[in-house]
Amino acid sequence: MKFIDEYQDSKLVRGLACKIAQRSTKTIRVMEFCGGHTHAILRHGIRQLVPKTVEMRSGPGCPVCVTATVDLDKAIALAHLPDVIITTFGDMIRVPGSYSSLQKVKAEGADVRIVYSTTDAVEIASANRGKSVIFIGIGFETTAPTIAASILRAQREEIENFHVLSLNKLTPPVMKALLESGETKLDGIVCPGHVSVIIGSHPYEFIPRDYRVACVISGFEPLDILLCIDKLVEQIEKGEPKVEIAYLRGVKPEGNRKARQLMEGVFEVGEANWRGIGIVPKSGLKIRRKYERFDADKAFSVSLKPPKEPKGCRCGDIIRGAAMPLECTLFGKSCTPESPVGPCMVSSEGACAAYYQYGTPEDLHTL
Amino acid sequence: MAVPVKIVSVDGDEAETEIAGVRRRVSIVFTPEAKVGDYVLLHTGYAIGVIDEAEAEETLKLLEEIASLSEVH
Repeated sequence: MKFIDEYQDSKLVRGLACKIAQRSTKTIRVMEFCGGHTHAILRHGIRQLVPKTVEMRSGPGCPVCVTATVDLDKAIALAHLPDVIITTFGDMIRVPGSYSSLQKVKAEGADVRIVYSTTDAVEIASANRGKSVIFIGIGFETTAPTIAASILRAQREEIENFHVLSLNKLTPPVMKALLESGETKLDGIVCPGHVSVIIGSHPYEFIPRDYRVACVISGFEPLDILLCIDKLVEQIEKGEPKVEIAYLRGVKPEGNRKARQLMEGVFEVGEANWRGIGIVPKSGLKIRRKYERFDADKAFSVSLKPPKEPKGCRCGDIIRGAAMPLECTLFGKSCTPESPVGPCMVSSEGACAAYYQYGTPEDLHTL
Repeated sequence: MAVPVKIVSVDGDEAETEIAGVRRRVSIVFTPEAKVGDYVLLHTGYAIGVIDEAEAEETLKLLEEIASLSEVH
C-alpha cells in the first residue's frame, strides 16, 4: 500500500539503524507519547534495532488508558438509564470500571453499541429519535475535531437526542505535567504523528525551551520511527534540543487550521482527569455553552459510588512512563488481553497489550 | 490511528476513497482542498490531512542516501 510499504523497506531500515548506532554515544531515555507508536515499536522490533544507549518508555497517549475510572463509571451509569443508547469506540467497552464494564452491562441488557466513527453515532441518533444516544467522547486532538463535527451535524439536522460525554484530552498540557513532575527523567519525546497533523509543531516549542527536552514528530512506519529516533539522538548528542518534524508527508508546522477551527468552535479548554496522573488544568475539552444541549454532562445526572482502582494494577505508573509493563506483577498472569485487569492491557493502543502481543525474551531480559 | 487512502471521487463534504481495493465514503470537512488522486490520512471516517507527495519523495531519497552511506562503511 502506498505510503506504507516503502517505509518498511528492510534495506533502508538497516541503513538507518546503522547510522543511529554510529551516532549514539550518550545513554538517553526517550518517551513515545502515543500508544500507536508503542504498538508499532513493539510490532516491528524497533527496540532491538536501536542501540542499547537508547532507552524507550511508553507515555500517556492511549485514549482508553488515560480515561479515569470515575469517568468510566459515569459512562457505565449512563448505560443503565432507561431509553439510552451508548455509542463508543471499540476498546472502551472492555475496560473494567470500579464495579462493572460497558461490556458487562451490555450483556445484562443495556444498549451499548460500538461505532467506527462519530458519524455512525449521529446516524443511530437520527434513526432512534425516541431514545437518547450518548457518544462516549474519548481521544486526543486527532479525534476531537471529528466529535465537534458530529455535534455540528446534530445541530444542523436538529438531532436533539444526540449527546456527547466529552472526555477528550489535550497532548501538550499533559506533557508539561509529566515534565513538571520530574518523576521520569526524559531526554527526548517521540511526538505523536496524527495529533500533530491537527495541532502542528508549534505547541511543543515550550518543551525544548523550558525543559531542554528534544521533540521530534514521528509517523508510524518503522522507517518513520527510526528517522525520528535518529533526529532525537542527533539533537541530544549535540545538546541542542528543538522541535523537528520527521513525518513531513503528514505534518505541517501550522497543523490543520480548518480542523482546529471546528474543534475550538465547539469545545473550550478545561481541566481533565487522567488515570495515574490526576486532574491536569487546561488539559481537557468541554462542550461550549452554545452547544450544551448536546452535552451529556448537562442533560443527564447519575449518582456514582466512590471509584475503586483495580488492586495491584500499575496502569497509572505505566501511563506516566514510571514503570514498564513487565514490572507489573499482574502482567501475563491475572491480567491478559482475554481477561484484562487494567485498560493498558485492553486497548489496541495500550502499552501492556503491545508487550503482551509482541514483546520478546530480550524485552524481559532488559528488566 | 490514521491510514493513507486515495480519493477516487469528491461529492461536496464527502469523498469516495480506496485502499487495497476497499472503498469507503469519508468526510473531507477538515480537508476541503483534497481532490481526486490525492492521498489523505483517514481517521475514524474523517480525512484529517492531505499527504504531501513531494515531501514523501524527499524523505525516501534521504533514507536511500543514508542506506547507501552505511553500505560504504
